[in-house]
Amino acid sequence: MHLRAFVDNIGRRTLNGIAELGYASLLFVECVYWLGAGKFRSQPVRLAAIFRETMNIGVRAIPIASMLCFAVGVMLAIQGIETLKTYGAESKVVIGIALSVTREFSPLIVSILVAGRSGSAIAARIGTMLESQEVDALRVIGINPVRYLAAPLFLGMVIAVPTLTILGDLMGILGGAVYSALELKISLSVYIDQTLASLTVDDIQQGLIKSLVFAVIIVVVGLSNGFQVRGGAEGVGHATTRSVVLSISFIVLADMIFTYLLNR
Amino acid sequence: MDERAPSEAVIEIENLVAHYGDRQILNGVSLTVEKGEIMVIMGGSGSGKSTLLRHLLGLKKPTSGSIRLLGKDITKISKKEIYQLRRDMGVAFQGGALFGSMTVGENVQLPLREHTKLDEKTMQIMARMKLEVMNLAGFEDLMPSELSGGMVKRAALARAVIMDPKLLFFDEPSAGLDPVVSAELDELILRLRNAMNMTIVVVTHELESAFKIADRITMLDLGNILITDTVENVRNSDIERVQNMLNRRPREVDVDTEAYLRRLTGQKH
Repeated sequence: MHLRAFVDNIGRRTLNGIAELGYASLLFVECVYWLGAGKFRSQPVRLAAIFRETMNIGVRAIPIASMLCFAVGVMLAIQGIETLKTYGAESKVVIGIALSVTREFSPLIVSILVAGRSGSAIAARIGTMLESQEVDALRVIGINPVRYLAAPLFLGMVIAVPTLTILGDLMGILGGAVYSALELKISLSVYIDQTLASLTVDDIQQGLIKSLVFAVIIVVVGLSNGFQVRGGAEGVGHATTRSVVLSISFIVLADMIFTYLLNR
Repeated sequence: MDERAPSEAVIEIENLVAHYGDRQILNGVSLTVEKGEIMVIMGGSGSGKSTLLRHLLGLKKPTSGSIRLLGKDITKISKKEIYQLRRDMGVAFQGGALFGSMTVGENVQLPLREHTKLDEKTMQIMARMKLEVMNLAGFEDLMPSELSGGMVKRAALARAVIMDPKLLFFDEPSAGLDPVVSAELDELILRLRNAMNMTIVVVTHELESAFKIADRITMLDLGNILITDTVENVRNSDIERVQNMLNRRPREVDVDTEAYLRRLTGQKH
């Protein structure tokens, strides 16, 4: 009897998971559709709305994103120098920092920050609007909610996360440079020269491709959780938590997969 | 079609069956609303009146049956035609459903902004005119959270009629309002009909308000229409359930002892 309930449960969860994946994919397609075809159906995605979302997701996150990436740079320098000391190759830390920041840490830290900051806000906002019938109000006015609410968020996210990642690259390298300057007495200009010599376009590109994927994950997870809110304030809270946990989990998993694929 | 024909139906619902999950909420509802009349849909909680409204607004697809609004069957027409039809429909939701991120004025202007190409100034003037009608002059720069319950409903009404719709739907106008404010809202609904000759559908469970504004009343109970008739005839109806509703008598519950025991002991069959 227990086994049957167990299998039943697994089956049900799998079905729900697939249904949700389907819903999320549909949202993704719809966002892209409205961004492309909206103006031909007299329902354009307004530039002002896109700017507003990009501002909220990107520009307002600049201070905290810079700080975190700087700290990661410093941390990598400390660990790197400590490890490389064993081989007497402390100066090689520059390459290590440059590669790990651009390929890995900057996109990852920025995305996790944005997931916590904006992914949750997206789910909460959409969920609250759904509960207070604002989404119904949009629909009866003749405004497609995906076009009006989701599409600007989608584009804003896709612009903001890679842009923040570039900033994160710079701040991470700067963090490494400052610590190395103090610890190894490498001057800033030498450090930057070495960094530039060791970085290739591919390193930066890898980070940017990842950040684009992470951006899509954050916005689609946030939106689909928001649009599926049931059960009042508690439901909104649940969706908010869920969207943060899910998007961070998917980001880390996607990171692993992409790192594997991009390095083959 | 003659516009002034006395019996021109603008809403025709035929045999509407609707489910929520597995539960059947509406069991074949048929209803006709004439041009220019105020139809009040009444019923207690769980009667299906909110579900009926959601279907009328095209927010849900029925299991079967048809809904014709202004001659178009909204269960069959394309998205584009529904989009066109929405210009002629105004809806005021129970909680107002004003957008919290916009001012009252921007809320009222939103349908104009989306459906017309009027310039900013004209839209502002039109919004102010509607707010004036709703006794909300001077409030256009406030945020919805700064308004009282009655003001929110009136602002929502202003947004609903900004496009001068042919059809107006109003969900629970009196819910959550004190008697005076609620009576003022009833006056407003009557004035709107007289001034703009709209067809108005009001969903409510408030008897007093229903009797005051309605031309005809439809009473729903457990997904079936009990009666659709003029206020006078509804009052004098000899249907027991109608009288129960009018006299606020509690429903009599049929007691099935066997089923009751089964429920208590948690047995399925």
